[in-house]
Amino acid sequence: MSSFNIFDIAGSGMSAQSVRLNTTASNLANADSVGGDPARVYKAKHPLFEAIRSGLGSNAASTGVAVRGIVESQAAPAARYEPGNPLADADGYVYAPAVNTVEEMVDMISASRSYQNNVEVMNTAKDMMLATLRLGQ
Amino acid sequence: MPLSLDEHLGVHAAALKLRARRTELLAANLANADTPGYRARDIDFKSALAAANGAASGVHLATTQRGHLGATGVTGVNGTGSPQLKYRVPLAPSLDGNTVDAQLEQAAFARNTVNYQATLSFLGAKFRGLMTAITGQ
Repeated sequence: MSSFNIFDIAGSGMSAQSVRLNTTASNLANADSVGGDPARVYKAKHPLFEAIRSGLGSNAASTGVAVRGIVESQAAPAARYEPGNPLADADGYVYAPAVNTVEEMVDMISASRSYQNNVEVMNTAKDMMLATLRLGQ
Repeated sequence: MPLSLDEHLGVHAAALKLRARRTELLAANLANADTPGYRARDIDFKSALAAANGAASGVHLATTQRGHLGATGVTGVNGTGSPQLKYRVPLAPSLDGNTVDAQLEQAAFARNTVNYQATLSFLGAKFRGLMTAITGQ
């Protein structure tokens, strides 16, 4: 029965969202990882989602999600004048990664809601299949 | 009296397959809620069911010998064929080209689940009727 595809689809959604949660956690954890070299300071990471079709043509059987890769933000780190900081460069500046914590929090909530959606889909599909197995009893 | 089980089950067997297929599609839409460029898809249940019942339309194999089997599974949901997928018209287009409206999809998913269970109980009643006829109890 093709309903087994639902587990693959919802599972791929859950794994993609958990990658997104991971990158968000990493961005938030490193929001204050300052450094003296702007080129080597932490860069915010974001996953690239892509729909994967299995099957042929426009009537493809199922469409899961794949994480095509994780891109690093190209935004320039913010320079702070902190001459007392042991990490400061010769001019007294430290560089903080360009992580927007508000944006990351929103991303986190969105990812967790999407994850919950996929879990619900999986639970419902499981109940439906179990009910189908009981058919005729 | 010859009894065709397919005939006895009526429209419900085809409806169950279509409902399962639709569950899969809606699961795929929900899984891809955050995929850029993904376009939500669905089937028009009414016309798909009509197509599944009236297998007259679509591709047929020529049967030149008495022993040949007709290719009833080419269209509709009786065999490997799948119903025509359509794209959802988005209420509010998003910048990344994604047309999944999570609330709308969730509502459709819930509704489809209830319909699936209704179809299951219809089928269960049909089987119980058969069992009563067979066992006489």
